[in-house]
Amino acid sequence: MEFGTMMGLLLSGLQFTAIIFVITLVGALPLGVLVALGRMSKFKPLSLLVQFYISVMRGTPLMLQLMMWMFGPFYLFGASMGPDWKYFACCIGFILNYAAYFGEIYRSGIQSIPRGQYEAAEVLGYTRTQTFMKIILPQVFKRILPAMGNEVITLVKDTSLAFVLGIMEMFTQAKAIAAAQTSMMPYVIAGLIYWVFNFVVVMVLNRVEKRMNYYHD
Amino acid sequence: MTNPLVSLSHARKSFGKTEVLKDISLSVEQGQVVAIIGPSGGGKSTLLRCMTLLETLDGGSLSYGDLAVATDNGSGSVYGGKAVLSQAKTRFGLVFQNFNLFPHYTVLKNITDAPLSVQKRPKDQVMAQAHELLAKMGLEGKENMVPCELSGGQQQRVAIARALALNPDVLFFDEPTSALDPELTKGVLKVIRDLADEHMTMVIVTHEMSFARDVADHIIFMDGGYIVEEGPAEQVINNPQQERTKLFLANYGD
Repeated sequence: MEFGTMMGLLLSGLQFTAIIFVITLVGALPLGVLVALGRMSKFKPLSLLVQFYISVMRGTPLMLQLMMWMFGPFYLFGASMGPDWKYFACCIGFILNYAAYFGEIYRSGIQSIPRGQYEAAEVLGYTRTQTFMKIILPQVFKRILPAMGNEVITLVKDTSLAFVLGIMEMFTQAKAIAAAQTSMMPYVIAGLIYWVFNFVVVMVLNRVEKRMNYYHD
Repeated sequence: MTNPLVSLSHARKSFGKTEVLKDISLSVEQGQVVAIIGPSGGGKSTLLRCMTLLETLDGGSLSYGDLAVATDNGSGSVYGGKAVLSQAKTRFGLVFQNFNLFPHYTVLKNITDAPLSVQKRPKDQVMAQAHELLAKMGLEGKENMVPCELSGGQQQRVAIARALALNPDVLFFDEPTSALDPELTKGVLKVIRDLADEHMTMVIVTHEMSFARDVADHIIFMDGGYIVEEGPAEQVINNPQQERTKLFLANYGD
């Protein structure tokens, strides 16, 4: 196989990789806020429920979770979901899994904000929602950036787990080409592409971090 | 006769088994400056926190002018509804010991955000007032700085401006200079003194005895959860009647 053809296949895989990456972030970043708030809720049943959810999401392999979403509907309800279901299963699996991790990172940030910030806002008459959205969350964002960076980098690599659902993302492509050509090269090149992907991610994160450096506590 | 601006009667507050406030009554009249002094752990801060609704009273009543915030039904304090509480919050401001400015907002936004997003006042009016306050606090040209670029004294003056921007009837200070070194203390005390000269109603918890004597009309000495002694400022500082007050002031000796 020519190098160009191989690159073409890998890059078409990269498209799926990027889509999974973006959809997971778009879904899990806001959902994580709800997870954190639910986890910290004074309403015990909700808090316990969210703790259980986090425990399952973090305590079992993501690959296994993806399989459950993929085949659960059929085995549980006998529902046949059609050929596109794997994409939905993939998105649901990734978003719910990452929201659990993000939620815990948000929680660590929220709980690190001094009580005085809440009290100042309360005395000034801010509502609870205003306090959270205007005063707390922006400060949390700055504090959790390094931890979020870690998680986002992991996500880039975790997208390769979508291969178990037969989604033609980059790792699936590399595996197929490598098997057909009995060659290491597809893996090496895929590895390089993941690496560059993360290089870009880190650059973006550094830039955001720098922008947030206009203040410190 | 009109109601006092703030009136607290028979206030009680415990944390667990520790009784921090035991039957405290006080009232603050329009234009009056009240200083609260006393040893640490005597209940001064808790008293201020109860009056600013950061803590709830166990017993006793609290009102702001004609607005009854909490009443005592005989078995404990009963607070008014949400509307009453948020109305009460428009009547007072609080300046914290450690400023509690919003670190991610500029000086100007720290001052203008609550008037704009809480009181929903017109922007040009809020901006004009903010610049006026900044000038008064000696902070011209600092509008676009963030708190971490300012000295502690400047930060505390921003905090005072932030509280004043909401046009409160009364301003509470919780040891406003305790986190500052003596050099920076002066500027903050001067600002408070200026406010006193303009007859701003204020309640100040402080360890600065000579400042309290000079600025306050009325001084309350608190210890062990009680008001041990109170009276005109000069009298309490220069000629205290109670042994405990004498002992406390002797230890301060300024």
